[in-house]
Amino acid sequence: MSTTITKAETLVGKRIRRREDPRLITGTATYVEDIQMPGMHYAAIVRSPHAAAKIRSINIDAASEAAGVLAVFTGKDTEKVGPVPCGASLPGLRVPHHHILATKRVYFVGHPVAVVVARDRYLAQDAADLVEVDYDILPAVTEPERALAQGAPAVHPEWPDNIAFTYHQDGGDVDQAFAAAEVIVKQRITSQRLIPTAMETRGVVAEWRAADRQLNLYTSTQIPHLVRTLVAGMLGLEENRLRVITPEVGGGFGSKLNVYAEEALMGFIAQRINKPVKWIESRRENFLCTIHGRGHVDYYELAAKRDGTILGIKLKIIQDLGAYHQLLTPAIPTLSVLMMPGIYNTPNIRADIVGVFTNCVPTDAYRGAGRPEATHGIERMVDILADEVNLDPADIRFRNFVSKDKFPFQTATGLTYDSGDYAAPLKKALDLVGYHKLRREQADLRKQGKWLGVGISTYGEICAIGPSPATPAGGWESATVKIEPSGKVTVLTGACPHGQGEETTFAQIVADELGVNIDDVVVIRGDTAIVQYGIGTFGSRGTAIGGTALYFALQDLKAKIKKFAGMFFDAEDVTFSGGEVISNTSGQSKSLRELAAASYRAMKLPPNTEPGLLATRFWEPPNFTFPFGAHIVVTEIDGQTGEVKIRRYVAVDDCGNIINPLIVDGQVHGGIAQGLGQALWEQAVYDENGQLVTGELMDYAVPKAHMMPWIENAHETTPSPVNPLGVKGVGEAGTIGCSPAVVNSVVDALSPLGVRHIDMPLTPEKIWKVMAGRR
Amino acid sequence: MNVCMTINGKEYCHQVEPRLLLIHYLRELVGLTGSHVGCETSLCGACTIELNGRAVKSCTVFAVQADGAKITTVEGLATDGKLHQMQEAFWNEHALQCGFCTPGMIMTAKQILERNPSPTEEKIREGLAGNICRCTGYQHIVKAVKAAATAGN
Repeated sequence: MSTTITKAETLVGKRIRRREDPRLITGTATYVEDIQMPGMHYAAIVRSPHAAAKIRSINIDAASEAAGVLAVFTGKDTEKVGPVPCGASLPGLRVPHHHILATKRVYFVGHPVAVVVARDRYLAQDAADLVEVDYDILPAVTEPERALAQGAPAVHPEWPDNIAFTYHQDGGDVDQAFAAAEVIVKQRITSQRLIPTAMETRGVVAEWRAADRQLNLYTSTQIPHLVRTLVAGMLGLEENRLRVITPEVGGGFGSKLNVYAEEALMGFIAQRINKPVKWIESRRENFLCTIHGRGHVDYYELAAKRDGTILGIKLKIIQDLGAYHQLLTPAIPTLSVLMMPGIYNTPNIRADIVGVFTNCVPTDAYRGAGRPEATHGIERMVDILADEVNLDPADIRFRNFVSKDKFPFQTATGLTYDSGDYAAPLKKALDLVGYHKLRREQADLRKQGKWLGVGISTYGEICAIGPSPATPAGGWESATVKIEPSGKVTVLTGACPHGQGEETTFAQIVADELGVNIDDVVVIRGDTAIVQYGIGTFGSRGTAIGGTALYFALQDLKAKIKKFAGMFFDAEDVTFSGGEVISNTSGQSKSLRELAAASYRAMKLPPNTEPGLLATRFWEPPNFTFPFGAHIVVTEIDGQTGEVKIRRYVAVDDCGNIINPLIVDGQVHGGIAQGLGQALWEQAVYDENGQLVTGELMDYAVPKAHMMPWIENAHETTPSPVNPLGVKGVGEAGTIGCSPAVVNSVVDALSPLGVRHIDMPLTPEKIWKVMAGRR
Repeated sequence: MNVCMTINGKEYCHQVEPRLLLIHYLRELVGLTGSHVGCETSLCGACTIELNGRAVKSCTVFAVQADGAKITTVEGLATDGKLHQMQEAFWNEHALQCGFCTPGMIMTAKQILERNPSPTEEKIREGLAGNICRCTGYQHIVKAVKAAATAGN
């Protein structure tokens, strides 16, 4: 026993390698497709080759008689299964009934029509090809603005205008702002349809245990508990008879923040055939049938003073919804509206959204979900304004930033920004990139007929989604932390990390709080039979909300541990360190192992204290968090080919306190890769008949290693006051900050030609045409 | 048809249909699920294995084509509980997030260094061009390959 207490080195803030990695780098992790069960059958889904058609008849005779086939189901069989749910509610929202298998009509290419169940995957696919569907083909519409035009084909015949909803929001006095404006700039800006492309496609294994009336559903999802509640409802099964297990998830990016027809369909099949059934989405199906992202046509008007001061913004969003509402489809553009003021003093806003049905797969949350669209528009408009009033793009931003003494800051869209110092990351990024030198080089190169561009984006975002009143299904998160009788620590988190590294960051938090070795901590997630109800991982919420729930559970647990320690010594004031609880007054100590054993053995209990060491918290955040940053991109344009080369990429992000800088860097890099993908290469293209032209990785250009620049990233740290960890979230920052910086850079390079805006993706062909048309 | 091959140093023989893909043979008959199917069209590289010393996308090879071959999958890299230096480098550099592309990425990365023990960043990126990662932006993967090269030289 010693009276000198030395606090062990803390782990929060350290660049430590991940604890989930050993299974992933040795190929021993278990993804859905890796699950094998005795008697397991395979499902292959027959999908519509047409974007709009009536189903005249379906003939399953040949398929049913094919080798190895156990069953074939069509929409008639599944009519009693509840519709695929939409969790978003907006006034007047039109919600088409979304059957899990089409009944009378199909609405997009890939629409599921029938399902074949066979002994192995090859036989299932063989038999699926034998299902004969007789279609009466109808005209389709795939462009949202065309869908709004008079005489356009109606996606859903009951709503001939193709409008699913309209939404209006006013803040401040926009009419007055525009009347007082010395300058008004306008621009149509699109954020194209994107395909999330998680490397693991979706997959489901369903196992029905008839004697127990128990359905086990293994699914690759970001939201296991919500899937359980909603799929149980669809199947008419009591929620406590459905166990959803989320094994390793191979990427989501929002595409697995959803409840899909196939999840209920496999549950239905398992009950019918009384055998386990597996369905693994092909990449082609993934592109056709898993949600897409973005799909905005935005009309911006920005009012300002001649000195560059922003007075107000008007925005009309035309949102391509696709044929149905998936879980959050109509809610996504409303997030764009919330983000409209950016990080600027923008006192007056007016937004109008028109949600439009098209004969395409639904859009929904994809990395950033509404916020990249808004940031792209705002950051483009600020550059257009800078050009109009002849100000440097950096200077116009400094002029309009919300200054750091104004927090908490109330925006015109009703948000309260928690904390910020918006000038700091821009200053740092300008220094890192050598801004003024670059401008001089640019002037010299222009004289030589060379095209160099410097683009700035100073983004803000809404993270830690988010307080329950602002979300469709609860915006809190849960955590249980328990000390086992042997003194080892188990965490059950309601978050569902799928690459974000919370098995490591949460263990870092536990190790510091309880003073235990990180190797003595295990973090469990993704099994509704083990983990208390949770919301899941999306919207950069895992650490900011799930981590905070864990933090508070740890405080409760520590209070209880102190009671047990109080049976042995004065434990009012203690330190948790080195696996021991140590009195700060007497220096007396007991190991956590001894205290845990005493609590479970329960020979003697402290007053008013139950046995065991376990605490659970459901933490409701009082606000979102608002990270921010500055990205600067230097591009060189090849005047002959129109190719954009990225010479430098500098990213300075402020995501609040950082638990593990190694993981944060990874999130920033990955986010930027997806932003660059949108800016330069990616676009989901449907032809006028509704065929997805970019239907494989051959045609849909996700970034590869040789396409990516080296990213120079740095941080500023402004802790969030919203949670005691001071963290804000970082999963989407890179994506949100990236695309406007790239487009601003290319437009800057081409500005001597009078170019003011180019829509993404900035393919060589597009750039070449822009240049050729103006030289 | 009967096929026999040596996989991670062990002999396997099975009766297979001629159309069975090597990746499905490895995953479902042999039970080595480390290699993944990400696209079925040899574009993503998640299924990359080593076949007779060469990195190959096993989703576009039939099992019968690999009859008599010597195959190494990601499961065969660690020896006596000691990770391969490329696995170690991926871990140290945080070169993976969701981990789905990782086994194929490691097999390709290993091959890059076998062909060129001291590649430049550009050569590393070129070598990785047949493997898609949607999580990392590749920067930490490039760092891992560099680190493994340094450790190996």
